[in-house]
Amino acid sequence: MNRSTVLSMASATAMLAAGAVQAADVPDGVTLADSQTFSYRELDQFASIDPQLIEGVPGSHAARQLFEGLMNQDENGDLVPGVATGFEVNDDNTVYTFTLRDNARWSNGEPVTAGDFVYAWRRAADPATASSYAWFVELSGIVNAAEIIAGEMEPDALGVEAVDATTLRVTLTGPKPYFPLMTTHTTLFPTPQATIEEHGDNWLDPENIVSNGAYTLSEVRLNEFWLATKNPEYWDAENTVIEEVTSYVINDTSQALTRWEADEFDLLEPVPAGTFPRLQEEYPDAAHSTPRLCSYYYTLNQGEGGPEALKDARVRRALGLAIDREIITDRILQGGQTPAFSFTPDATSGFSAPEIEYAGWTQAERDEEAKRLWDEAGYTDVNLDLLYNTDESHRQIATVISQMWSQKLGVETTLENQEWSTYLETRRAGGFDVARAAWCGDYNEASTFLDLLTTGVPQNSGKFSNEEYDNLIASATTAENPQEAYTAAEQVLAQEMPIIPIYHYANSFLLDPTLKGFPMNNVENNWYVKDFYRVAED
Amino acid sequence: MTSYILRRLLVAVPTLLALIVLSFLLMEFAPGSPFATERGIPEAVMANLEREYGLDRPLWERMATYVWSVVTQFDFGPSFTFPDRSVNDIIAQGFPVTLTYGFWSFVVAVVVGVTLGAVAAIKHNSALDYAAVGVTVGAQVLPNFVMAPILVLIFTLWLGWLPGGGWRGGQVEYVILPVIALSTSYMASIARITRSSMLDVLNAGFVRTARAKGLPAHRVILRHALKPALLPVVSYLGPAFVGMITGSVVIDVFFSTGGIGQFFVNAALARDYSVILGITILFGALTIFFNLLVDVAYAWIDPKIRY
Repeated sequence: MNRSTVLSMASATAMLAAGAVQAADVPDGVTLADSQTFSYRELDQFASIDPQLIEGVPGSHAARQLFEGLMNQDENGDLVPGVATGFEVNDDNTVYTFTLRDNARWSNGEPVTAGDFVYAWRRAADPATASSYAWFVELSGIVNAAEIIAGEMEPDALGVEAVDATTLRVTLTGPKPYFPLMTTHTTLFPTPQATIEEHGDNWLDPENIVSNGAYTLSEVRLNEFWLATKNPEYWDAENTVIEEVTSYVINDTSQALTRWEADEFDLLEPVPAGTFPRLQEEYPDAAHSTPRLCSYYYTLNQGEGGPEALKDARVRRALGLAIDREIITDRILQGGQTPAFSFTPDATSGFSAPEIEYAGWTQAERDEEAKRLWDEAGYTDVNLDLLYNTDESHRQIATVISQMWSQKLGVETTLENQEWSTYLETRRAGGFDVARAAWCGDYNEASTFLDLLTTGVPQNSGKFSNEEYDNLIASATTAENPQEAYTAAEQVLAQEMPIIPIYHYANSFLLDPTLKGFPMNNVENNWYVKDFYRVAED
Repeated sequence: MTSYILRRLLVAVPTLLALIVLSFLLMEFAPGSPFATERGIPEAVMANLEREYGLDRPLWERMATYVWSVVTQFDFGPSFTFPDRSVNDIIAQGFPVTLTYGFWSFVVAVVVGVTLGAVAAIKHNSALDYAAVGVTVGAQVLPNFVMAPILVLIFTLWLGWLPGGGWRGGQVEYVILPVIALSTSYMASIARITRSSMLDVLNAGFVRTARAKGLPAHRVILRHALKPALLPVVSYLGPAFVGMITGSVVIDVFFSTGGIGQFFVNAALARDYSVILGITILFGALTIFFNLLVDVAYAWIDPKIRY
C-alpha cells in the first residue's frame, strides 16, 4: 500500500459517515427546550466574513455557520461530509475528486455546484482579490497557486476544475495526504459569483448576502453583535435544531465574564486568565477545559542579530532544560494547559508524541543537566533580551523564566515588551535574543507545526537551519507513513532546541449546561451550531 | 460677529490640513504594518495587498490623493482591517452611537452638575452643601473605567435590571449605564466649578444690591446670579463635550456599544491607517467646532465680551 493509506481511510470514513451523523444528533428521550437559540462571546469584531478574505478566529466562527465547505469536522475533529458526500484520490495522491451532493442549495434556492468552488478558490488566489489568506491556497498545494498569487499566471490556470455540476477535481503539485482536512478551512469555502458581481464589496450586507450554510446573516453591528437565523434552504435544515445564533463582541474579558454570569449568552471562551479554578468550583457543569492545537514557545535567535552563545546547541538546551514548565501551567495559567516538550501538541491528529528523553526526567535532573551543559559551553556574562507582546500572562511567564535562568544558570535577562504590531515587526526583523511566540495549527496535522522550523521559512524567525531536520520534513511529504519522520524531527528539535516548547494550549471556557452537542474534542475549536441543541431545564 | 465666525472657520482649514499631514507622518514612522500577523504573510501576497491599498506608492503621492478625495468627495478611503468596509461606513455606524450617549451624558452632567453646584453654593456650609461636595468628590475620584464594571456588577449581575452591554439601536435600557458611567466625573467637575463661581457671584455687589432692593431670593438667583456664575462652566463645556465623545473609548470597550471610540483604539493597535486618519480628522473638526461654539456662547452670556 502506498502513502494513500491514511488518506483512503479518511476517505472511507467520510463515505461511511455520509448517511450517518449529520446536524444535531439529539438522543431519544431528550426534551428540547422551547427556545432554540445559541449565543456566544467573541473577543474581537471579525474583519470580514467573506470566506476568501477571512483572517482570524471571529470571522472563521461566523463563516462556519453561514457557509459550508466540501468537508466538515465532527466533535473529534474528524472529517465528515459537507457539501461533498466524499472523495476519491488517484494512486500517486495528487488528484482528488470530490462528489458534491445534488441537494446542496444557496440561501436563494440556487444549487451549490462544483463551479462555485472553482470560482471561490480562483478568487482566493487572484491578486485582484488581495486576500491576506491567499497563501492558504498555495499551502494546500493546488497546482499553479503560487504562480497566480505572484501574478505570473491567470487565475483560471488554478488546478481545480468542475468536471460537471457535482464533480470537483483538484490537482496538487505533490502528494498531500491531509488535503481533505484543509477543505474545512474557510478560505476554501464556496462563494456565490452572481451575488458578488452584482453587489461588489456590499455582497455580505444582510440584505444582499447569499450563503450555503445552515444559517443566513440577519443583522450586523460592528463591535456590537451579529445575528444569524436558520437557513430553510440548507440541505440538512430538517435536522438543524438551533434557530438563531447571536455573537456578541466583548473586548474586556472580565466584563464578558460578568455578563455570562448574568446569563446574557451561552458560551464564553476563553475565561479570564487565572479564573478557571474558581469557575470550575462555582460552575462545575459549565466550566470546561479541552486541549487546543496550539503551542506556546520561546524562539532562540541563531541568526546574525542573535548572540554568539545561542548559536551553541548546548546553551540552547541548557536554557530549555532549566525551565520548570509545571510552575507555569499549574501556578500561573491554571486553565488546563499542559507542559510542552515537543513543538507539535500531543492532541494533533495521528501524531504520536515521541519519547523525548528529558520529558521523563524530574526537574532536579533537568536542572543538573542544564548546569552541566552550561558549564561545558563555558559562556560567561550572558545577558539575553527577552521579547514578548504586551500582555499580563506573557509578562508573568517571562518574569518566572528569567528568574529560573538567573538562579540556575546565572543568565541575566532583560525583559522587553512591545505592543502587538511592533512586536511582530521586531520579531520578523530578528531584533531579539529570545522571543515569545505561539502557533496554532492551520489544519490538524503535524506538518503545520514542523514546517515552520525548516530553513528559510519566514516564520522561522530564530533562523534555525539543520540539514537533517530539513531532510526529515521533506521526506515526510512523500513517505508512506509521515509520522515516523515527524517523530524523528521532534527528536532533532529536542537535541538542538532551536525553540523552547513551554506549554500546549487548553481552551478553558464556560458553556451553558443546557446547550448540548458542543464538540469537546475538536482541538481546532471548530464548531458548527447546526450540531447543537438546547435541552429543557429540569 | 458673523465675520468673526467666518474668520474662525477659515483658520480651521489649514489647522485640519496640518492635522492630516502630522497624522500621516506619525503613522508612517510607527513600526508595524496593518497586514502583520503571527504567521507572517508571504512576499507575493504582501505585494498584492500593498498594491491594492496603494502602500507601494510614495508618501507624498498617497497623502495628496488622500487629501484630494477627502476634500472633493468626502471619501476617507477603504479600511485596512475591514476589507469590505470603507472608513465612511465605519464612521456612519459608530459616530451616531457615540453622539447619542455623548449628548445624553452631557445633558445629565450639566443639569445635575449645575443644580448640585448651585444648591451647594446657596446653602453654603449647610449639611446640604457638605453632602453635595461629598457626592462630587466621590464621583470625581471614580473614573469611568472603574464606574463601568461596578455599574454592570450592580445593575446587571446583582439586580438584573439592565443589560450589561450592547446598544440595540439605542434602546433606553442600553443607554442608561453608558450615560451614568460617562457623565459622573464631568458632572462632578461642573458641580465644583458652578459652586465656587456661584459663591463668588453671590458675594458680589450687584447681588447684594438686588437683595437690598427687596427682590425675592429665587429671582435674585435665577435672574441675576446664575447667568454670570455659569460663565466659567460654559468655557468648560466645549472641551467637556468633545472629551465625552473622544474619551468614549472606555465606554465603548466596556459596554460594546459599537461606538466610534472602540474603532479608534482598535485601528491604532492594528495600524488601520485610514480609520485612524478618518477618526482623527473627525475629532479635530469637532474640537474646532465646539471651541467656536463656546466662544459664541460667551458673547451671548456676557455682554462685556465683543468680537
